[in-house]
Amino acid sequence: MADEEEIILSELDDEELVLQMHDDLYDGLKEEIEEGVRILLDRGWAPYDVLTKALVAGMTIVGADFRDGILFVPEVLLAANAMKAGMAILKPLLAETGAPKVGKMVIGTVKGDIHDIGKNLVGMMMEGAGFEVVDIGINNPVENYIAALEREEADILGMSALLTTTMPYMKVVIDTMKEKGMRDDYIVLVGGAPLNEEFGKAIGADAYCRDAAVAVQTAKDFISRKHNKLAAG
Amino acid sequence: MIPSDKVLTEEGIGPAHKGRILLIACGALAREIVDLKEANGWTHLDLTCLPAKYHLWPEKITEAVTEAVEKHRDSYDEIFVVYADCGTGGGLEARCAELGVNMIPGPHCYSFFEGNDTFAAREEFTAFYLTDFLVRQFDAFVWKPMGLDRHPELRDMYFGNYEKLVYQAQTDDPALDAKAEDCAKRLGLAYERRFTGYGDLKTELAKL
Repeated sequence: MADEEEIILSELDDEELVLQMHDDLYDGLKEEIEEGVRILLDRGWAPYDVLTKALVAGMTIVGADFRDGILFVPEVLLAANAMKAGMAILKPLLAETGAPKVGKMVIGTVKGDIHDIGKNLVGMMMEGAGFEVVDIGINNPVENYIAALEREEADILGMSALLTTTMPYMKVVIDTMKEKGMRDDYIVLVGGAPLNEEFGKAIGADAYCRDAAVAVQTAKDFISRKHNKLAAG
Repeated sequence: MIPSDKVLTEEGIGPAHKGRILLIACGALAREIVDLKEANGWTHLDLTCLPAKYHLWPEKITEAVTEAVEKHRDSYDEIFVVYADCGTGGGLEARCAELGVNMIPGPHCYSFFEGNDTFAAREEFTAFYLTDFLVRQFDAFVWKPMGLDRHPELRDMYFGNYEKLVYQAQTDDPALDAKAEDCAKRLGLAYERRFTGYGDLKTELAKL
């Protein structure tokens, strides 16, 4: 006899199911998340509501517990994998249903740095918050960032580095943007384990973001300030 | 007598209170420093090591080094910090400058074992490095903290962008070579053994 009674997701009401999905996300249960997403969609939920109420809300709990030292990197990665699987179902539907777009971000790790776990988490959470994310991958020289920003007409540039030896390259990118007279056209957010707020200021970024949740909130704040400024102007 | 790797990882070691210069080092470097001290007759150097596990949370290193400097500075003529930057983002270097103590240059031990200039010139950013200590402590420092013992499916998220594992050998030890090769296999990476000896660690300590 099993110790715990098996939970049949389809037998839960909406509220119970969403809470169960938060638990399943916390436990990194990819297949359960996929099933939960499909059930909510079958019940007529809008894809955007499934994304925000079930996935993003659940991942926010994971992020908070990681910040507070309750969860560690492996658990966060498992949760992220589960969320990614749920988002893969929702993404085409979100595009069809015209979910709100908050802004557009180009994101990538800097030249010489192949560590993309943080970048991927930020990208996913930004997408979950309604941003369009153009991920230019790892090991990006300045030319890649500039070309992507111009091509994509992005609002935000996100740069990530894990190594003390590669993080100074962020300044190379920002200085090049200044030289080209395009620095003020973009919100520049930086992140990565060895960075801090002081470093972000010193290189001329708009903000240092210590984790994905902070990145999302900071991006939202800057975008809303930009809109206010445009409205006032 | 050098304590076990487990002690060096979890607890560190205190000074012997012999010698006029105190080295405050990472536990991962204890064997190498003791070996150099013995081989070169550096009796003027005393050694205390902080737990090597701080490398799993680099933000702890700067504060722990500060505490150790303040605790011991009155008992020695000089203190030398045997940590590289070690993921502190320049924080440890800035703190050492504030405290008026010197430290070994370089981004991390992989760099100074090979020689900082040689290492930088390689631009080998798709390599994952292990030293003698890290080969011996692979499970404690890599496999378990990354959750690969419980969730091998995470391998690609961690190591998908890496191409090879480089074992920087400080000593000639066929058993460690075999273990390092096995580590590479477990991570799904190509394997290369590179003998470095003690590199800049020896050069810097010799200046003291």
